Amino acid sequence: MTTVETPPTAPPRQAATVTRPGDRIFSGLSRGAGILLLVVMAAIAIFLTVRAVSAISKDHGNFLTTFEWTPSLNPPVFGIAVLAYGTVISSIIAMVIAVPISLGIALFITHYAPRRLGGPIAYVIDLLAAVPSIVYGLWGALFLVPHLKGLNLWLDDHLSWTVIFHKSDPNSAARSLFTVGILLAIMILPIITNVSREVINQVPKMHQEAALALGATRWEVIRLSVLPFARSGVISASMLGLGRALGETMAVATVLSASPELSAHILDPVGGTFSQNIVAKFGEADEFGRDALIASGLVLFVITLLVNGAARLIIARRKEYSGANA
Amino acid sequence: MSHSISDAKPAAGVPPVTRLAGRRLPRWSPLAIGVGAIVVGVAIGAGAGLKSHVQWGLIALILFVAGSYAVTAQVEGRRQAKDRVATSLIWSSFILAVIPLYSLVETTISKGAKVLDGTFLTHSMNNVLTIQPGGGVYHAIIGTLEQVGIATVIAAPIGILTAVYLVEYGRGALAKWVTFFVDVMTGVPSIVAGLFILSLWFVLLGKAPASGFAGSLALAILMLPVVVRSTEEMLKLVPNELREASLALGVPKWRTITKVVIPTAIGGISTGVMLAIARIAGESAPIALLVFGSNMINTNPFSGPQSSLPYYIYQQYGNGNDPSYDRAWAAALVLIAFVMILNLVARGIARWKAPKR
Repeated sequence: MTTVETPPTAPPRQAATVTRPGDRIFSGLSRGAGILLLVVMAAIAIFLTVRAVSAISKDHGNFLTTFEWTPSLNPPVFGIAVLAYGTVISSIIAMVIAVPISLGIALFITHYAPRRLGGPIAYVIDLLAAVPSIVYGLWGALFLVPHLKGLNLWLDDHLSWTVIFHKSDPNSAARSLFTVGILLAIMILPIITNVSREVINQVPKMHQEAALALGATRWEVIRLSVLPFARSGVISASMLGLGRALGETMAVATVLSASPELSAHILDPVGGTFSQNIVAKFGEADEFGRDALIASGLVLFVITLLVNGAARLIIARRKEYSGANA
Repeated sequence: MSHSISDAKPAAGVPPVTRLAGRRLPRWSPLAIGVGAIVVGVAIGAGAGLKSHVQWGLIALILFVAGSYAVTAQVEGRRQAKDRVATSLIWSSFILAVIPLYSLVETTISKGAKVLDGTFLTHSMNNVLTIQPGGGVYHAIIGTLEQVGIATVIAAPIGILTAVYLVEYGRGALAKWVTFFVDVMTGVPSIVAGLFILSLWFVLLGKAPASGFAGSLALAILMLPVVVRSTEEMLKLVPNELREASLALGVPKWRTITKVVIPTAIGGISTGVMLAIARIAGESAPIALLVFGSNMINTNPFSGPQSSLPYYIYQQYGNGNDPSYDRAWAAALVLIAFVMILNLVARGIARWKAPKR
């Protein structure tokens, strides 16, 4: 009898538990924090755009194709051609070096290293990520630059015909986009390795054991079952690394001897990147010059936003179908 | 089944095998090939008069890969040989990554230890000419501690609350957008964060910033997504049974979160915050734009230029003479030690507070 009478009283009791002032305040606070984060992102875009537009409208050169960066001239002339070229080239060099090596390290940790060593090795790679970029810059400028001179000469001697590795003045220091690319490669190794490692760890064990049972060698297991599964994850890991390489400042600023020249010879000590230009020109810039630098920063912001956003979208899409497979 | 196997052998054209497994190289063969490759590599290098030892190493490496391919292909077959080559390439990629890390740490320690002493840690650069030896990083350490401290006070609560929102409350479009932009924000270059605060100052106050506080704001922007991500991961690890048990006892949701969920995950959360601190402590680009750097001790982060460890390194490098380079290396050693200690402590907390299973 009593069990029949209880159901009518249940709904009002439930309704009474929904709202408490403490709950409302706390959920409002946490929601507010989330919204604040979106506001900050929007504010970055808006404030940079406001200053950038006022600078670009007074530019007497073409902002996209001018080589020089001389906003202090009257009339001001500045453009991002050299900076965009240098940023892209140094990042490409970094990617060409870092992606295969990172993939190798990720496979080493997951499939080749003795099991007991895997953890410590991953930790060592994490340490690479913890080293501040200015320390990389110092090491790059004072250690790597003199030590790469031999490699530069060798490349110039033997591969000069490729134009890319032609060095106009063999005696100049190795403060080139090539050196910057190597340094950036070292700096983005950890992030590509870590994300790739996570993706490779998600490869279903069954696929690999099935391949082994069919008599595949370890390399065939990787080529036939691991890499196809992990491909999109490795691509997005590389794009995350690319995003970091594009925006890296101090390591580039210390190593590169910048000049407004656009050269196909990556061993020549010329060129510049967005962030390097900002740090290098900031000290001598007046208020208009700073606005011009903000304009170049806006371009960098948009590029990194696109690269990172694309990488995250690939990862997010992957998550959905890998969950079904697991 | 046995019938089909005996059928398959002549069809594949394999000569009758007396053992079940194919012929294998002995286990010491990679070592032997390696030693042989090094000997021949050194001989070629010395014979051809190549000065660089890196070239000797490269020749030895190529000889090793080629040699093991040839030997394995001869004895075990081509598929096994390819496997050997892949193994050696993957091992060498790991070694390639360790070399720069080792060189960087070794160079920093050997060069930094030269001038690093008590005086260096307790004196500023006030009244020290750049070409003189002496001076120190005291002002830079103060600057770093204050700027990073303020950034943490701003970013840690906002970051943790955002993570709480995403894990405990977040449903629907807003949560999706926040998640996406946390990820995208992780990739915002530090120089862009600096430029943002710069233009914020221009637009709102009409002047250029020159205080540690402006730098802290930029650092907070860089720190925020890292805190959100790590806290989010940790909150997700808290078992739902704990939440359900607490709610079933009639505890309000917000008390459940503050008294049950967060205390359970506090070890992981503090690890994440400390790793974020370690990340921003090394940022120099926003400091260069917003704080300008100073040779004197300035303990007030809200007015006047300050220095910071990473910016100090950049400044000393820019001076371009040997005493300044020495100071730069020593400051780099201090900075690396600071970051590594934070890292180790953070991981220690993570291990100590890890949920026991």
